[in-house]
Amino acid sequence: MHGEPKSLFAAPLDGEYLTREQAKALADRVLAFAKADETRVNITSGWDGNTRFAGNEITTSGGVTNTSITVTSTIGRRRASSATNILDEASLERTVQFAESLARLSPENPELAPELGAQDYPTVNGYFDATAGLDPEKRAAAVKRAIDAAETAGGPGADIFVAGFLQANAGASAVATSRGLFAYHRSSSANLGITARTPDGTGSGWSNAGAHDWSVIDAAALGRTASAKAAASRNPKAIEPGLYTVVLEPAAVADIMGSLLGTFNARGNDEGRGTFSRQGGGTQLGEKIADARVTMYSDPADPELLAQPFAQDGTPVRRVTFIENGILKEFSYDRFWAAKQGKAATGGGGGSGGGGGGGAVKFVGGTKTTAELIAGTKRGILVTHFFYIRPLDPRTVMLTGLTRDGTFLIENGKITTAVKNFRWNESPLFMLSKIEEIGRSEPVGAGRVMPSLKCTDFNFSSLSDAV
Amino acid sequence: MSYDRRDFLKTSVAATALVIASPNSAVAARRPPDRWIEAGSDELMAAALGAARSAGATYADVRIGRYRSQNIGTRERQITGVSDAESYGMGIRAIVNGAWGFAATSVMTTDGVVKVAREAARLARAASSVQKRRIELAPTPVVTGTWQTPVTRDPLDVPIEDKVAMLFAANDAALKVPGIRFVNSGLQLLREIKMYANSEGTQTTQTFIRVGPSFSATAVGKGGFQQYGEELAPRGEGWEYVQSLDMPGNAATWASLAVEKLGARSVEPGRYDLIITPENLWLTIHESIGHPTELDRALGYEANYAGTSFIAPPEAQIGKLRYGRPLMTIQGDRTQEGSLARCAWDDEGVAADSWKIVDKGVFRDYQTTREQAGAISRLTGVSRSHGCSFADSWDSVQFQRMPNISLMPSEQNTSLNDIIAATDRGIIIKNRGSWSIDHQRYNFQFSGQAYYEVRGGKITGMLKDVAYQSTTPVFWNSMDMIGGKDSYYLGGSFGDGKGQPAQSNSVSHGCPPARFRAVNVVNTGREA
Repeated sequence: MHGEPKSLFAAPLDGEYLTREQAKALADRVLAFAKADETRVNITSGWDGNTRFAGNEITTSGGVTNTSITVTSTIGRRRASSATNILDEASLERTVQFAESLARLSPENPELAPELGAQDYPTVNGYFDATAGLDPEKRAAAVKRAIDAAETAGGPGADIFVAGFLQANAGASAVATSRGLFAYHRSSSANLGITARTPDGTGSGWSNAGAHDWSVIDAAALGRTASAKAAASRNPKAIEPGLYTVVLEPAAVADIMGSLLGTFNARGNDEGRGTFSRQGGGTQLGEKIADARVTMYSDPADPELLAQPFAQDGTPVRRVTFIENGILKEFSYDRFWAAKQGKAATGGGGGSGGGGGGGAVKFVGGTKTTAELIAGTKRGILVTHFFYIRPLDPRTVMLTGLTRDGTFLIENGKITTAVKNFRWNESPLFMLSKIEEIGRSEPVGAGRVMPSLKCTDFNFSSLSDAV
Repeated sequence: MSYDRRDFLKTSVAATALVIASPNSAVAARRPPDRWIEAGSDELMAAALGAARSAGATYADVRIGRYRSQNIGTRERQITGVSDAESYGMGIRAIVNGAWGFAATSVMTTDGVVKVAREAARLARAASSVQKRRIELAPTPVVTGTWQTPVTRDPLDVPIEDKVAMLFAANDAALKVPGIRFVNSGLQLLREIKMYANSEGTQTTQTFIRVGPSFSATAVGKGGFQQYGEELAPRGEGWEYVQSLDMPGNAATWASLAVEKLGARSVEPGRYDLIITPENLWLTIHESIGHPTELDRALGYEANYAGTSFIAPPEAQIGKLRYGRPLMTIQGDRTQEGSLARCAWDDEGVAADSWKIVDKGVFRDYQTTREQAGAISRLTGVSRSHGCSFADSWDSVQFQRMPNISLMPSEQNTSLNDIIAATDRGIIIKNRGSWSIDHQRYNFQFSGQAYYEVRGGKITGMLKDVAYQSTTPVFWNSMDMIGGKDSYYLGGSFGDGKGQPAQSNSVSHGCPPARFRAVNVVNTGREA
């Protein structure tokens, strides 16, 4: 973008997202229309490029650019918001006016926290040129590397079916308030997932990698892993459902532990309807809820997480240690509940997304590799990843779900056979008290670090014929 | 496929000047008011199609989408959020060298759409370097027309204070029920204007209106806490539908079920005859019939995400798979009044269709798009697309999405009470609870919001911690009684996820209550 044309966005963006200066200029123009007591502008601007493949060929691919703003107006204790991606002068003014009229019509909110003034944030760099430059030709070449590697690993005549998805995005988000707050953060992320299937339909393998930086993702290695798992998982044996020791790969741990994050919200627990509410009042804060080796936290500035350091309302996102050495240590607080309870707001409020960490969470790992966990297991089940996890009981975080794309029997330290997939009914909270070993942790996606995990008495409840 | 810009513009002018009759003759066709459509939209679409053609596209289609969505959430006597959002932009899909490319932009200028059309062609060319089979589209008649969801009152024109007052009245009524501590209610409202044109000359403009109310209450007592969510079906209807639910008048009855759940007995696991009310069964149909009959899943296109299908390969299944007993007939449909997937044309300009997926227990056909129809036409004798192409936004590529899929009621006028009276030892399952199904749609486990024990043809008490677990073909073949027309109910989901990048689809499912024999019931409480 150059200069200041009549409409700032009349021409396509030169870059694919707003720079800090452009975001600030846009926010200022929006705020100039504001007549409410307080106004906040949230801006998201970015590019997304994706390439999807199946049957060993690209099936669809896409590229999208968009910039949108959300205006939140506060009049007295009344607040409402309105959003648009139409950025000409008239639309910006109309959007501000509409947010103000909605606010006027809304009832007073006794829980309203005033907009924030200027804040200090840690510097977090989650933006990488290798990701932002992943254009259609580079994505097609990466997909080809993955498919070729999967086909080669399958061996001559194996006729492995390869499907998957490569997605990259780069963009910026910003927040500004009429009280002088301005925050800007740019980031990028890339993810490549591959599913390989054997032509007889009895074997399926999966591998996946995600990161802020595309250059750390090895497409060919992912293709080989998926293909090897597909071949090894052919003709699975049905074994009796029941309680088994499990070795979960980091992706499986991420799948199941994700459901735990929403339980660390202070308010539900304080109000007697949380997982950590004590009957008769109070919570389990400070009590032992997990094996003493368990530590789990959220921290946008952690070099392995690199998340946005501010929440949507501009609250700085601070480090929250949910569990430390097995002790329930901290909850997440939004600004209203923090003020009411005399605590510091954590940013985000600990909802189902990231538990106050802008989506970033780390489960601190041990030293052993997944292979070493397998080698130390007399009899157990190795799980590649899970599917279709749904809550059954919020009191215990009891969940149901299925295993998928590579489930194996471990006997005397070795993988001996592929087994049919299972449905399971289990709670990640209960699992944290049934840990035998915590493996080495690794990034499983941008802003998510999980270890492999060995637990006893995992409840597989029925068999699934799905491959 | 030939494309001529002058022809396209001629068509555009004709469409602007005339009101074209909708295929749904009961609906008055009209172009949406000018305030929703930007001047020059037809010219932008023509410019984009022309640019795609110049960049080497042998086929292209373009969609301008303008979305206005409003969400209101409340808890007890407070607003948890009021938001209103609009989104506007253009997506263009192009075939170059037999491969697809798609690009989208919110920069709605001639330069902006020309740039994005070239980007779509560039994406297609890059994709063709890793391509084994050329895209072939099933033929479809060229159409021009407009359609909109018939409504008495557009929900977005209803003042916000009226909506909030209605939700607060419901919350107040619920909070007066002893034992109720928390109430959540909300409204999700959408108006979508979709203009579509393709290089074959088709040009359509449609306006869709959808409403999604919600209500749940939490009771806290000696047994901890229990939540009850009422099943308020989202619909492709106007504000009059929301009013017909009478949330303020019914909230106390709904909330009292949360209190009653506190005293419910935890279920003894085992095998039971299940009487599943349509407020629960619609979701089981969605998961165990809707998804496995998607042709892209059967062909492996969803393998890396939602999964494949147990109904594969097509040649081994069409006309051969016995899905259920002869009382089971399943219809795919995009024409049903009030349904979420209703349209006049899909996102490829194909006219809305209605067809049998399962006929008298036997699997007959899949859900298809133009790209897919040819893959099974020799097996089904159907050469047209069933019109299942859908994109959830201007910035999403259209692909095969679920139409309304419904279980046809019995011709006898059997009622829910008739089914209960005929059942010796069973459990009634009411409303949607938790749901989970495997990636080939075999093994599933579903729960509800309220459960009643049936003994000797009568309801004897309330149960809790119930989930039913089964395998799709076994479950549907155990269905031996279904209700008649008067017991039919149209449920649905505002947001069904599929695809990568994930997209959300709105879809309805109609069904009567039905009985299933000897189904495995698990206890989902602490002991599970």
